[in-house]
Amino acid sequence: MIHAFKRCGCNIVLDVASGSVHVVDDAAYDMIVAYEQTDKETLRSRIARDHGISDEDFEECYGDIVKLKEEGKLFSEDAFKPDVKALAKRNPVIKALCLHVAHTCNLNCEYCFAAQGKYHGERALMSFEVGKRALDFLIENSGSRRNLEVDFFGGEPLMNFDVVKKLVKYARGIEDAHGKHFRFTLTTNGMLIDDEAIDFANREMDNVVLSLDGRKEVNDRFRTTMGGKGSFDVIVPKFQKLVKARGGKNYYMRGTFTHFNPDFTEDIKTMLDLGFDELSMEPVVCPPTDRYALTEEDKAVVCEQYDKLAEMMIERQKQGRPFTFYHYMLDLEGGPCIYKRISGCGSGTEYLAVTPTGELYPCHQFVGDPDFLMGDVWQGVTRTDIRDKFKRCNAYARPECEDCWARLYCSGGCAANAYKATGDILGIYKYGCDLFKRRIECAIAVQARTLLDE
Amino acid sequence: KRIVTLKTRNLTESKHGCGECQTSCGVANQKCEKAAK
Repeated sequence: MIHAFKRCGCNIVLDVASGSVHVVDDAAYDMIVAYEQTDKETLRSRIARDHGISDEDFEECYGDIVKLKEEGKLFSEDAFKPDVKALAKRNPVIKALCLHVAHTCNLNCEYCFAAQGKYHGERALMSFEVGKRALDFLIENSGSRRNLEVDFFGGEPLMNFDVVKKLVKYARGIEDAHGKHFRFTLTTNGMLIDDEAIDFANREMDNVVLSLDGRKEVNDRFRTTMGGKGSFDVIVPKFQKLVKARGGKNYYMRGTFTHFNPDFTEDIKTMLDLGFDELSMEPVVCPPTDRYALTEEDKAVVCEQYDKLAEMMIERQKQGRPFTFYHYMLDLEGGPCIYKRISGCGSGTEYLAVTPTGELYPCHQFVGDPDFLMGDVWQGVTRTDIRDKFKRCNAYARPECEDCWARLYCSGGCAANAYKATGDILGIYKYGCDLFKRRIECAIAVQARTLLDE
Repeated sequence: KRIVTLKTRNLTESKHGCGECQTSCGVANQKCEKAAK
């Protein structure tokens, strides 16, 4: 199966199963697209008519296509489906936890999936004892995995900063003895960032995720204090100080765009003007009845914005002012292996969320939904039926994905988004699929243009 | 030359899954330290 598309001035042919990417001219593009349905002589006359290429040129190009097919780089067969069963039989190991150290927040963002940080429950802070047990649980269940990941999440994790510091100290004290390495991340709204938090984050956090929606009026529409005051003027100087102290690396400025700002590249520009260059902007995921939900009309605008963003990225790269947009950072040579591509993010199996009271959920998006309570950090996963269902979430789980070219990039999509959209973790969140596919096309085009320009 | 094939990781050959890569939370943006070596 191939996927042929035109983005950023490039004609691109992706061979889905092998992962090969070909950048081609107009004649080769038409030849490859028609190759499997058209006999050689019909194709020869059509290409000569449409592109005016000589017989000799046609033969050379046709020969290249045949050779690429023989090498398994064009029209290759997807023979990975049997590997799904082998993957499902593996003993589950846990390698990542989303540690909800605070189910409370000092902002009152209307669009927050976590219901202002409380996850539809009571305000709560994780105690050191619960957090310590969670880290021990992670080590005990991580099998031979060396790299273990913990994201301090909330709510606002800096509202429980003392416990965060103690947990990191505890983890650092035991990791060598267990042959493990902890990789910590922190997701924060920035309100409580001070010199101590900056020093700590830059010493201990492999990555920090900083929430900012871009333009002041956009950010302050939703990211407000309990009193309704915008957060932009408070958080931006703090973020700038943190990023500067961090050497401008290993962070992501992470924004959410909604129906009110589908023109989100303007927010990207604002972030760049503020001195931030590692960026991530995500479409809001919410019930379609919410006033800020993205609409079908917004989708076309958002897709245009993704194209515009790709061009912007290429242009700034040429000018020596590069920036990173998370979804466009494909590593064509060093990307994930086929097993990772089939199995996806690992929610519910190798990645779990832990609440302040030690309950386990498949990921942060399911926290607070009693149907997805899997166990706790003392007894472990007791609802193995939930884990088994998440094990079945993979690139081949949904019949709709069988003829989709993007399945080895999205791994079947986000289970939480599917559940929210359809009531089934094995459902299809069509809106998300459409945006995802556009992003991947743009990402491949950015990589192609960058490599060709080099 | 009408077709330029970019250097990519061959997914079929990648069958030869250690699990040490970062938890993405698609997998598209992930890196594999072994492939990079």
